[in-house]
Amino acid sequence: MASATPILQLRNIVKSFGSLNAVDGVSLDIDEGELFTIVGPSGSGKTTLIRLLVGMDSPTSGDILLRGKRINDVPANKRPTCMVFQSLALFPHMSVGENVEYSAKCKGIPKKERQQRAAECLKLAHLPQSYYDKAVTQCSGGERQRVALARALAFNPEILFFDEPLSAIDYRLRKTLEKELKDIQRETGKTFVYITHSLEEAMVMSDRIGVMREGKLAQVGSPATIYTEPENRFVTEFMGEVNSLPVQLADDGRLHCEALDASFEPPAGMPPGFSHGVLIVRPENVAISDDAASAAGGNLIRGELFNEYLLGSRIQYQVRSGAMVFLIEELRADAVARIPGAKVTLSWQPGDSMVFPE
Amino acid sequence: MTDAAIETLAEEPERPRLRLLPLKVSEGFVAALPIIILLFIGFIGPMALVLIYSFMPRGSFSIPASPSLENYVDIVEQDFYISFAWSLFLAFISVVILLVVCYPLAVALRRIKGRRAHLLTLLIVAPLFVAENIRLQGWVLFFDKGGFLDGALKVVTGLETGSLVNNVPAIVFGICYIYLPFMLFPILLGLGNVPREAREAAYDLGGSRWRVFRDIELPLAMPGILIGSLLCFVISLGAFNEAKFLGKGVIVTVAQDIESAFTFGQNWPRGSALSVLMIVLAGSAVWLAMRRVNLDRMLGRR
Repeated sequence: MASATPILQLRNIVKSFGSLNAVDGVSLDIDEGELFTIVGPSGSGKTTLIRLLVGMDSPTSGDILLRGKRINDVPANKRPTCMVFQSLALFPHMSVGENVEYSAKCKGIPKKERQQRAAECLKLAHLPQSYYDKAVTQCSGGERQRVALARALAFNPEILFFDEPLSAIDYRLRKTLEKELKDIQRETGKTFVYITHSLEEAMVMSDRIGVMREGKLAQVGSPATIYTEPENRFVTEFMGEVNSLPVQLADDGRLHCEALDASFEPPAGMPPGFSHGVLIVRPENVAISDDAASAAGGNLIRGELFNEYLLGSRIQYQVRSGAMVFLIEELRADAVARIPGAKVTLSWQPGDSMVFPE
Repeated sequence: MTDAAIETLAEEPERPRLRLLPLKVSEGFVAALPIIILLFIGFIGPMALVLIYSFMPRGSFSIPASPSLENYVDIVEQDFYISFAWSLFLAFISVVILLVVCYPLAVALRRIKGRRAHLLTLLIVAPLFVAENIRLQGWVLFFDKGGFLDGALKVVTGLETGSLVNNVPAIVFGICYIYLPFMLFPILLGLGNVPREAREAAYDLGGSRWRVFRDIELPLAMPGILIGSLLCFVISLGAFNEAKFLGKGVIVTVAQDIESAFTFGQNWPRGSALSVLMIVLAGSAVWLAMRRVNLDRMLGRR
């Protein structure tokens, strides 16, 4: 990113509740104008973290710097940042217009100017001007999302935070709003910091992603990097369903899996000092064939097909081998008819697998 | 299974609806019938009787007589407005004091969670399990000359308070003390309608604490505040024991006037006329306040 100093810097942020560190030493730089997503399962501390960033709570230790200035002790109403809440937190007793204008009213901006700004923000959030006088309680779920967004945009924040606002919206509308949000971000050039538990959502929108686990950042990087070069088992498994095999490094340099009584060719670039850990192969990287002769080569496993699921454009198979169940995905267009109970051979190239120490 | 049994099973879904009454009546109405009957006998009936009696000639004990307005004329001519004014004043000042006392208390109770909140609520409700006049008499013993406060102070410091009862502030104290739960719980309910996020969002959007209170918390909690105020206003308008025990006759409230008209005065029509005026007064207060409250919204229905 171009700008010299990041707009927001977190330095070893810790937030404790009793003996529990909900946020446990997070350091992070967020650049001006980027859409940064913090993603993690529930309980990973992401909501606690965003509350610290907005100023609703203050960190137990560590520093938050906005454009190089420490803002730890600046209360939320004095910070030039603003958040869209998970519950949206619209003011139910006010109209759409009054909601959008609220921040301007707090600043004492005259009514005419206020209304003009509100109209701009309604437009930006794709709400018709006729909604200005509508009660928020009469708005649909999607419209309320837009009102919340318009209200936050009207504040003209330096950074706009989002705490999973789309989690309660149905799939199709969520997809639309995700893309609109990205468009609005590009249009306004603002820095957006988005929180979600859905990596899929993060992938669609973000310039960069920070994956959070148990109060710590497990990895920070672009969506492509996170997907192709996950740094640890957690990030890999959080990405979606994967095949994880417990393995040990054998004397011959191969990875031995006791549960399958088989050994596999390791990928290039094994972690230094590796003795035992987990070998991960994504379902789409495993090929399925009827017999060993037609298998593509690489690492081979024999198993029995026992389930198949249609996932739209792809088919997922479950194959049992020994005590383990493998997931395999292939394009529906490429699939041949298979009968449950059929003996199959699975194969993958060593280069498509990943190894992480335990 | 026999054929007949199968037939009955098949017919089951088309069970005829409850036909106790010849008219088409909803089951809800049937369920509400007992309370409707009770209200007619116990509430509407006496009210109608009181209304009719208020137009009967002075001192009559039976209804069939030619109606007149003389009781109302008497009330105006014989300075009954003074007791009305006292009752209104007591009700008004008590509501104001209760608002000031209960609002912060309710906010604090909302912030406390878990068992401590239950315990505190129980402590606040506990006095309701003791009869009102016993509690008031207790306060008399506490504040009176030679009572607990006076006596204890004398022993410890040598100072004397003398009698702190038999005056208007003591009556106001009594009313506030007795009706505190009636203000507190509606306000608690009202505050339940203020989402924490809405307050946080207003704060986040640059609102000062005062603004957040005025723009968000107060309007959203208003139904509860209004209902609490209304409840306290109407019941302290009829306050009776407080003036009797803690006031000992320094002032006379309307409720006392009504009682004496029906008992010592043996003048039912006058008592009825006073009651009618009271009902009109309380009723208009309710009407004015209810125009502003949406009960459905308060109870979470929209």
